[in-house]
Amino acid sequence: MATLRDIAKKPELLSGGHRLCAGCGAPVTVRRVLSAVPEDTHVVVANATGCLEVSTTVYPYSAWRTSYIHSAFENAGATISGVEAAYKVLKRRGKINEKFKFIAFGGDGGTYDIGLQSLSGALERGHDFVYVCYDNGAYMNTGIQRSSATPLYADTTTSPAGDVIPGKSQLRKELADIAVAHNIPYVAQSTPAHWKDLYEKAEKAINVDGPAVLNVLAICPRGWRTETAEDMEITRLAVDTCVWPMFEVVEGKWKLTYKPRKKLPVEEYLKKQGRFKHMFQPGNEHLIEEFQKQVDKRWEEILARCGEI
Amino acid sequence: MAKRVSLSGNEAAAFAMKQIDPDVVAAYPITPSTEIPQYFSQFVANGEVNSEFVAVESEHSAMSACIGASAAGARTMTATSSQGLALMWEMLYIAASMRLPIVMTVANRALSGPINIHNDHSDSMGARDSGWIQLYSESAQEAYDNIIQAIRIAEDPRVSLPVMVCMDGFITSHALETLEVLEDEEVKKFIGEYNPDDFLLNADHPIAMGPLDLQSYYFEHKRQEQDAMDNAKQVILEIAEEYEKLTGRKYSHFEKYALDDADIAVVVLNSTAGTAKVVVDDLRSQGIKAGLLKPRTFRPIPGKEIFDALKNVKAVAVMDKADSFGAYGPLFTDIRNIMFDNKDIKIVNYIYGLGGRDVGTKDIEMVYNDLMDIVKTGKVYEVKKYLGVREKGGEEVWQL
Ligand SMILES: Cc1ncc(C[n+]2csc(CCOP(=O)(O)OP(=O)(O)O)c2C)c(N)n1
Ligand code: SF4
Ligand SMILES: [Mg+2]
Repeated sequence: MATLRDIAKKPELLSGGHRLCAGCGAPVTVRRVLSAVPEDTHVVVANATGCLEVSTTVYPYSAWRTSYIHSAFENAGATISGVEAAYKVLKRRGKINEKFKFIAFGGDGGTYDIGLQSLSGALERGHDFVYVCYDNGAYMNTGIQRSSATPLYADTTTSPAGDVIPGKSQLRKELADIAVAHNIPYVAQSTPAHWKDLYEKAEKAINVDGPAVLNVLAICPRGWRTETAEDMEITRLAVDTCVWPMFEVVEGKWKLTYKPRKKLPVEEYLKKQGRFKHMFQPGNEHLIEEFQKQVDKRWEEILARCGEI
Repeated sequence: MAKRVSLSGNEAAAFAMKQIDPDVVAAYPITPSTEIPQYFSQFVANGEVNSEFVAVESEHSAMSACIGASAAGARTMTATSSQGLALMWEMLYIAASMRLPIVMTVANRALSGPINIHNDHSDSMGARDSGWIQLYSESAQEAYDNIIQAIRIAEDPRVSLPVMVCMDGFITSHALETLEVLEDEEVKKFIGEYNPDDFLLNADHPIAMGPLDLQSYYFEHKRQEQDAMDNAKQVILEIAEEYEKLTGRKYSHFEKYALDDADIAVVVLNSTAGTAKVVVDDLRSQGIKAGLLKPRTFRPIPGKEIFDALKNVKAVAVMDKADSFGAYGPLFTDIRNIMFDNKDIKIVNYIYGLGGRDVGTKDIEMVYNDLMDIVKTGKVYEVKKYLGVREKGGEEVWQL
């Protein structure tokens, strides 16, 4: 296992100078994942339209030191399928000898919603690639609209908290479960605040032969209305409140990779974010209760799947 | 040595693809082009080609995977029709702007709604402005020849654009025809190896494709697409000449049929040109100077050449198998535009055959009769007419 020092010595495949916001969870996620690529392996990245794409590629600049392709919003899965198919045949025909790995990055909108079909197709066909969803829980690039990854009650610009409706009315969709249902060799959830966990999972995802999916919680200080300096603390709170469980599913077998020493109440996580502010108004206690209930239910499910209870 | 075979249009397209042996084919079934990916996947299963076949889950993904593969450095092909092409629409523009030489066969079919599986040109006409070169084919022979030439046109460094080869769904895609095909080795030699300069899998030189491109550069990049289209005009002719040396079959931007001394002429795409030729022969035997212009290259439109070809004609009917509601048919719009400076010529538009409505020699005879009237009276009463449709009010109920 690499130490932080080993990782720091590797060349950074996403350079500085990109235009993502300070404190954005996306670039740290990308860096950590790419740092797990073996040095003898070249990378082609496919990227769905979204904050990461618009902020890292403004022509004539590119922050990517890998080969990189963006074509549209809903098709990172299909695009990387084509690249991977090209690699297979060009290798077979002796036109390419180097080792390559294929990594797609998409936001939650580009993954859970508009790109779900394309991702599902690519997973089912079994292309050898890693799909990384940097999940910031909304369409941030277009101004914080709800997605199916947006948490219950979150205030977004299309699920606004109003006098009658208290933010998003629906639960999040579980991307990891959907990915697992494709019978692929590796699925995991992590966060960039748990760098070692994310690094190890990225390494496994890269080494596995076939499709792998990493779902990574990537804080968006702008959309979540959080203090940039508290980024990593808030991300860790997501895990310690069990709002964002960290696990991996290897060949269909679930394994919990992190169990909070003490499961914190969801308020600890929610209260630091402007998007949940309305939940703390007097008379809205039931919202927090319901949120806790849903988190507990999912956590129990995961514990059971992982053989922890 | 060329050999004669009996093939449908779809079989001819698939056979051309087999001889081309592309690196990647990503495709999705849709009537009437479904057979093309079917045949091709069988070639892969039998080891008759060395290609990767990606059986995607939609046409949007088909074109997206083609874009990924082509950007990665692979010679890439696909096929579709109608709704499939419509679903690709977003990606068509992106393929062209990335300057990816993807070659796609389109078995033309009407667009929904209402849903209809038969032939018209509303699908490919809807992709007119996507930046793809469009070649139209009267027959399975032409589709086969166009597909092979399309590889060279698309990959020519002066062009570097995707090419769509269109043929009429069912009428051409499913009808058996005797055609001449090349030997595999001849095709291989004619198309050569594909070795792009920049590609994603170039380990020595990683590149970024599809970056955000704002006010400072977008316009120049779009302007370059236009330059590439302009270059394509010359390249298409050069490649046609080379192909003629190999096959004896002559291709140009369009076919002129009895046109040089014609007083009246029809401009029509694809299989209907075959029907129109029968009418032209018949009229010529009666001493009527009728002619035909059948465009092959629709994008880029060979404006100057068409102007010269039609300049001595007195009246022209442009037949469109697609409509632009509230405006004129797309082919007519181009032809009348091209002929604008020729004030002596009268040009009318016929919308025909939508949703596969049959158009026979009788219908086309009527068009030529109308043109004769126009020449005689010097008057055009109606610029846009519909051929073979039951009109509102029942004044003109066609026998259908
Ligand atoms: C077909 C299509 N529909 C809508 C858009 C507009 N759009 C661009 S990015 C985006 C949201 C991206 O959200 P997400 O995937 O979560 O990434 P984030 O911006 O949050 O990083 C939307 C709606 C688009 N580019 N293409
Ligand atoms: S808006 Fe959010 S997701 Fe987008 S760059 Fe800023 S912090 Fe990152
Ligand atoms: Mg998002």
